[in-house]
Amino acid sequence: MKKFMFVNRKAPYGTIYALESLEVVLITATFDQDVSLAFIDDGVYELAKTQDTKGIGIKNHSKTYRALDGYDVEKLYVERESLEARGLTEADLLVDVEVLSTAQMADLMAEQDVVLSF
Amino acid sequence: MLHIVNKSHRQTTALASCLRLAKPGQALLLTEDAVYAATKGGAESAGLAGALAKLKVYVLQPDVEARGMAGKLVDGVTAVGYDGFVDLVTEHSTNQSWL
Repeated sequence: MKKFMFVNRKAPYGTIYALESLEVVLITATFDQDVSLAFIDDGVYELAKTQDTKGIGIKNHSKTYRALDGYDVEKLYVERESLEARGLTEADLLVDVEVLSTAQMADLMAEQDVVLSF
Repeated sequence: MLHIVNKSHRQTTALASCLRLAKPGQALLLTEDAVYAATKGGAESAGLAGALAKLKVYVLQPDVEARGMAGKLVDGVTAVGYDGFVDLVTEHSTNQSWL
């Protein structure tokens, strides 16, 4: 089993990155790998509560984050600096996450076998 | 860990975030528009001094030359060709391309 980290640094609907990351996460989890998700920079917006995409005609994929534990994907990490820079707190997020300092996130990244950026 | 950045530091936050999260002793390769960060005119705004203090910094020479920056690189940066790019990838057990 390898340690995979998916690094999410983009807001959810302006580009396709956030959705593509989720798709690859689900595929990787299917292969019984050790999967972590990191949310950094605008990537923290992916986890904001109360997303409602009816008005823009794009599927609201934020609900998928709440289904991840069903695929044994339970390691979600958010960088505190990114969260605070956007005026958000853990209470604004739609899933349970572990909030990490920049140094803790750097350590976690360094111990992965594979890091994929989105 | 080899970090790879290919976007201008003036256009995206990829390089800034990479530098924030890279650990001392790791390597950084600048390619495409990211090479401007290693030039005398761009290094300060890119925070490259901090990068050089903790990371081994490489630039992809064909991208530097294509942009007319060959004579403008700051000291301490190592230029590599495509073969050097391949060597860097094989020498590091992991790499991360910052998008």
